[in-house]
Amino acid sequence: MLEDKDRIFQNLYNDLGSDLMSAKKRGDWINTKDICEKGKDWIINEIKDSQLRGRGGAGFPTGLKWSFAPKEVGSRPHYLVINADESEPGTCKDRDILRFEPHKLIEGCLISSYAVNAHVCYIYIRGEYLSEGSKLQNAIDDAYKDGLLGKNASGTGWDFDIYIHYGAGAYICGEETALLESMEGKKGQPRLKPPFPALIGLYGCPTIINNVETISVVPTILRRGAKWFSSLGREKNTGTKIYCISGNVNNPCNVEEEMGVPLKDLIERHAGGVIGGWDNLKAVIPGGSSMPLLPKHICDTIKMDFDACVENKTGLGTAGIVVINNDQDIIKCMARIARFYKHESCGQCTPCREGSGWMWRMLERMSKGEASREEVDMLMDVTKQIEGHTICAFGEGSAWPVQGLLRHFKKEIEERNNFNPLINTGQKNPYLVDQHLLEKENA
Amino acid sequence: MSMKKISKNQPETFEFNDKSMEVAKKAIANYPEGKQQSAVMALLYIAQRQNNNWIPLSAMKYIAKLLKMPYIKVYEVATFYTMYNLTPVGKYFFQVCTTTPCMIRGAYDLVNVCKRKISENESDISKDGKLSWMEVECLGACVNAPMMQINDEYFEDLDEKKLEKILETIKKDEKIEPGSYRGRKSAEPESNRSTLMDNKNA
Repeated sequence: MLEDKDRIFQNLYNDLGSDLMSAKKRGDWINTKDICEKGKDWIINEIKDSQLRGRGGAGFPTGLKWSFAPKEVGSRPHYLVINADESEPGTCKDRDILRFEPHKLIEGCLISSYAVNAHVCYIYIRGEYLSEGSKLQNAIDDAYKDGLLGKNASGTGWDFDIYIHYGAGAYICGEETALLESMEGKKGQPRLKPPFPALIGLYGCPTIINNVETISVVPTILRRGAKWFSSLGREKNTGTKIYCISGNVNNPCNVEEEMGVPLKDLIERHAGGVIGGWDNLKAVIPGGSSMPLLPKHICDTIKMDFDACVENKTGLGTAGIVVINNDQDIIKCMARIARFYKHESCGQCTPCREGSGWMWRMLERMSKGEASREEVDMLMDVTKQIEGHTICAFGEGSAWPVQGLLRHFKKEIEERNNFNPLINTGQKNPYLVDQHLLEKENA
Repeated sequence: MSMKKISKNQPETFEFNDKSMEVAKKAIANYPEGKQQSAVMALLYIAQRQNNNWIPLSAMKYIAKLLKMPYIKVYEVATFYTMYNLTPVGKYFFQVCTTTPCMIRGAYDLVNVCKRKISENESDISKDGKLSWMEVECLGACVNAPMMQINDEYFEDLDEKKLEKILETIKKDEKIEPGSYRGRKSAEPESNRSTLMDNKNA
């Protein structure tokens, strides 16, 4: 288990207070100037060496992303945008950073902006997090008063401003280009890539977009060294991560643990175990709702990091772990997730807009046992039609959970939906569209 | 994609009052010059606050003029995002999260309470005109499930009885306390916490 001294978010449970004084006591802001004086290249290289991967779901190497920004500022200014549009079902880690560790984020914003040549940073917070946002705004105001932000921020000679932009309840705005569209005052519909935001982003200017947790760990990495960070976890899956454990466990909680911690440890040690005991476990969604679920026999042994999850045909995503036990109807649970995606699809690409609705309606019927045997394979076909045929990763995100269900619980669906399709029975069904094909004179 | 109903009863005109105007100007100043369109989301929200938690069409036209952008663009934004209410809602607006993590911890029990005590159908305003409710997608407090948002604040770790108590408090016109209803102040584990113990005891 990770030792307490290696935990980055010491105030995750708000034992110590989130104000500037308490944050300084915990070591935030103490030598920001010295860090920046080591230079932009040093910062970017240190982050590369730490092998920090983005904590927002895709796990893209952060140092590499930063190095995509143009080295020199041309005619267009650079921007840093923080993605705090946390809406992945099962995930609530950024919320705790915003309300309890805002200064880690703000300091991270300053250092990262300095590294990528940005003078302005926008923090895009989901609209529902109004009280979290006002806490962050208070922290920003305190930092301005203390000279940590603004002109010559923290004595670094770098002018730096932070603004908060509130979303208004659209899951898709967590996708980086949709987020940019939304910031520009449009509907949050993703852009085609390339060009990538690092070159053409907000207002057509080079923009680096990172998750809250990614930026918040940056100051600590630079203080304690890339070596320390990469000594935790394993190669390419380094450091610590906040895991959110929700669902059918005795003590749902957020906890910061080392990368690669066994899933069973997380659930048993931190979350008080599955309700009804480990044997009552049905499945676990390991990384927020868009990642395929895992049945119990994999949960027994799987370690929670990016690559181990991929080996098991799922993903770490945001590390929002949803535990589902045998008291729940697994098909219904996934039908509800499908409904989430149907509701949140932005409507830009047809496969996603229509397909997410199809999947939801089919799963609803399957949970009631109203689907025919052949529809189970048809559902798999629908997911394949969506996956890879959309502008953004939302298509995959909506198709994967359904594929996971079919991969591991197909038998259960087939047992419940075991009748012949209507068309095979040859009955006269006035509402059947293809009825005329059954009639001999038309055949 | 969510369906949005536009209210049939629309006020003729809409204008920001002084307080709203001040906040709106501050929001516009957050963006570079010539990019005032970025503030449209903030302004719609300010309009919603001023107008009893819903946005009339005249407010969209007003904002379009203010930001020098086509009315249809404002309309697009207002209909795209779910947090903008385009029809009147109750003074207390209950938004129950029913996505899977909340669902498996009993969110639909809360929905049933709302159906019983507020109104049979979602989005209908209760008989006394004070309350309305709707199901929403994940509100991002899954560890504290089941939970709901009432106006601006989160109410966490609920169950049927606790929600009924909240409704009774509202009936008496008393202030309702946001946060966890099982006494948690954060997303810490309730009884078997084993990390950051020195901080807890500090």
